[in-house]
Amino acid sequence: MTVLLSVLGGLGLFFLIGSAARAGLHAAAPSRHKPTFRDMPLTASFGLAVILFYVVLACLAPVIAPYGESEVVGAQYLPWAAPHYLGTDKLGRDMLTRLIYGARNTVGIAFATTALAFVVGSVLGIWAALMGGRLDQWLSRFVDALMAIPALIFSLLLLTIFGTSVMTLILVIAAVDATRVYRLARSVAQGIVVMDYIEAARLRGEGMWRLIRREILPNAMAPLAAEFGLRFCFVFLAISALSFLGLGIKPPTADWGSMVRENATLITFGDITPLLPAGAIALLTVAVNFVVDWQLHRASGLKE
Amino acid sequence: MNDIWRMIGQRLLLGVLTLFIISVVIFGATELLPGDLARELLGQSATEETLAAMREQLGLNDPAPLRYWNWLTGVLQGDFGMSMATKKPISELVGVRLGNTLFLAFYAAALAVPVSLLLGVLAALWRNSIFDRASNAMALTAISFPEFFVAYILILWLAQSGLFPSMVRITGATSMGELLYMAFLPALTLTLVVTAHMMRMTRAAIINLLASPYIEMARLKGMSPVRVVLRHAVPNALAPIVNVVALNLAYLITGVVVVEVVFVYPGLGQLMIDAVSNRDIAVVQAIALIFAAAYVLLNLIADVLSTITNPRLMHRR
Repeated sequence: MTVLLSVLGGLGLFFLIGSAARAGLHAAAPSRHKPTFRDMPLTASFGLAVILFYVVLACLAPVIAPYGESEVVGAQYLPWAAPHYLGTDKLGRDMLTRLIYGARNTVGIAFATTALAFVVGSVLGIWAALMGGRLDQWLSRFVDALMAIPALIFSLLLLTIFGTSVMTLILVIAAVDATRVYRLARSVAQGIVVMDYIEAARLRGEGMWRLIRREILPNAMAPLAAEFGLRFCFVFLAISALSFLGLGIKPPTADWGSMVRENATLITFGDITPLLPAGAIALLTVAVNFVVDWQLHRASGLKE
Repeated sequence: MNDIWRMIGQRLLLGVLTLFIISVVIFGATELLPGDLARELLGQSATEETLAAMREQLGLNDPAPLRYWNWLTGVLQGDFGMSMATKKPISELVGVRLGNTLFLAFYAAALAVPVSLLLGVLAALWRNSIFDRASNAMALTAISFPEFFVAYILILWLAQSGLFPSMVRITGATSMGELLYMAFLPALTLTLVVTAHMMRMTRAAIINLLASPYIEMARLKGMSPVRVVLRHAVPNALAPIVNVVALNLAYLITGVVVVEVVFVYPGLGQLMIDAVSNRDIAVVQAIALIFAAAYVLLNLIADVLSTITNPRLMHRR
């Protein structure tokens, strides 16, 4: 019964947030973009609303959070009651505060990693497509070899070698994901470098960097942007999984993955507190996926 | 018939080559360190003597190609070397756990593959209906869930009420029935994680075909929609379906890592996580190689199967 009620409540909330966000975006958008938002599916507007909410939380964490990030405020494992609305964790730190700071740390680190993977992967991919010949062959075969190893296993191997800290975590995940971005960027750029205007730009004597940045990148932006959303989800899930395994972001930094791990014992007593950070992770990935799905649908012009 | 064997031979050779390159990458990754492995493992404060002893123990004094050759010939004979943390031969540590992990992966596959194929065909049959939309939204949601979230929800629902155990303890005396019962929750978690993707791809592969003229013809003959999908669309959609199934099985092999940790399942993933936190590089290399080999093998099987289901692929020019 409670399960049914919570599912119904969740669906109701989803429709409410979705329609409210759609109405809000439609009203706020400049008239040129109004039709885009009018026809947007509820899932996409819900996704946008959730992403916006997370961004606000992440930016304003110190203002919103009632306590300090790793401040011990009471006994351990307090129940959900007045001053500590979501209880406390095993060291007596306020759960709500750590959830809010988690938005800043986990999402921030995942975003930085994705951005790094994208800069490295797309620049290398476009460069390989531009140069062609032997350099392209060698680089691509090298990337193929790296991609033949499952991503999680390869990151675990690299983390063993370089040790576990936030910096190595970012570099390792970015390196693993850059191979995937490289493949996409190269295949997109290969269709562009054969065009006449690139030939003209080359004859004009434009340098490699300018060719990549000013001539090819603007034309390759649409597929890369959609990939950015998907890639962010993968990176975000990978970082949370590694933190959950105790190999990622280290305490006392508030992070959703390690918060699940630290409080996991509560589950066996029927307390759902450890599900909150896990749910926060799930909600953000769902939201990003909904928005990417809508963007892909729009870009392909597919109406089934 | 000869063509098939030649094709399989070619793919096998390619697979062996891929594995060789993977082994070079896995072994060579330690060479990326700015210093050497001994200093990295012992830290900055280590004295010269302990460093020298550590290098001796790791065999770091030999040149890299020679070390690689010794490692590779050992691996081919089933000898992965010694674990640094436990001082036991790695093959002994890995042996039983590999069996456990494979059992879990196949258990999950046996649940996931039939369910997702059935759901995919149904969604294609009733496309744009409520069922299709709901399953599509659920699939998108399930893909985005971290594995441990799914695992803990299942524990909360099914293990709290005492229906299934939330931990897996395997001893020598555990019977098959007990094992199936104990491993049900981890297998169900993995099933939920991979079903969505397989279902979506099955639906997409069939719907792609439904626009083709020969399906139109079958419909105009007055054939029932069920028969059109099952007899005419599915056989031609087999190649992509086989591919996505194999890809997900390969994912299962590596996806077990997180699930094994949640359910304290004595498998390879658990061992690998312990080894990573102890920085027991030899164990990590061995397990990485095993996982990568399983991954390559499954992709190979998918390649061969999808070629067999579509004879046109055999005579590519």
